[in-house]
Amino acid sequence: MKWGVVQFPGSLDDRDTVYALREVMGQDAVLLWHKDEQLSGAECIVLPGGFSYGDYLRCGAIARFSPIMKSVIKFAQEGGVVVGICNGFQILCEAHLLPGALTRNRSLSFICDQVTVRVENNQTRFTRAAKQGELLKLPIKHGEGCYVAPEADLLQMEERGQVILRYVDASGHETDEGNPNGSMRAIAGVANERFNVFGLMPHPEHAVEKSLISGDDGLKLFQSIIGSAR
Amino acid sequence: MIVKVFVSPRKGILDPQGRAAEGALKSLGFGTVGSVHVGRYIVLEIDAVSRGAAEDEARKMCDQLLVNPLIEDYRFEVEGG
Repeated sequence: MKWGVVQFPGSLDDRDTVYALREVMGQDAVLLWHKDEQLSGAECIVLPGGFSYGDYLRCGAIARFSPIMKSVIKFAQEGGVVVGICNGFQILCEAHLLPGALTRNRSLSFICDQVTVRVENNQTRFTRAAKQGELLKLPIKHGEGCYVAPEADLLQMEERGQVILRYVDASGHETDEGNPNGSMRAIAGVANERFNVFGLMPHPEHAVEKSLISGDDGLKLFQSIIGSAR
Repeated sequence: MIVKVFVSPRKGILDPQGRAAEGALKSLGFGTVGSVHVGRYIVLEIDAVSRGAAEDEARKMCDQLLVNPLIEDYRFEVEGG
């Protein structure tokens, strides 16, 4: 499967994502420059983590208007698969490809930690390789990860199964301690209504090798997408 | 023309910065302080023929880029014109 990973000025995890895809999963992956409008035939676009445009104004607010985003938005509207990780999630929300917004962590601190998320819906192309309710250990590193959306939207999203990942404690329960950033309904990852766009704050690309401290639970999400493309 | 835009966290949205400032003020002994909200202040220099045109332009800028209506409210003041 061919993947396109977008590089914005200030992207950090673009190369790690390409490494995970190419070296660990044997995928075809190319870097896409933010000033280009070509998606180079990629079947899945990843907006990586980082601090695009220095997080100025609001996280993702300026990246959302970069030339490549025109093509990404069109690609998504035509049903193309797009994944936003961390800053990429913020950009997708700012671009209105995903509902809601990401705001300052409840603690006001930048958090770098390993968290547990629960797969709330495994009937999606992003979670197919996981079991319903499966717990995944993934790293997070963000200052603005507190997910907010109007209550009416949250209710609809829950009904449609768009809440794909939720922060839980190590035993799998939804508790205050399990919610690292104060996200509404402990939301860690959401899909759009059509289930072709997915955004999440945790970093699956940093959890692809068992020998490293982050483990390899991130593989489940990538494998789901790869499996869905076959 | 100068347009001053005041952006504040939307009512009902968690404002941890405001809360932190509020707590700090109270602990400094400012018993008079109620709630505190921390927002953003943007100054726009706009080339417009009239006050109304500057307002229209500023509103468009806010709606398209400067403000996210899901989490923020705004108001602005036009100077000169």
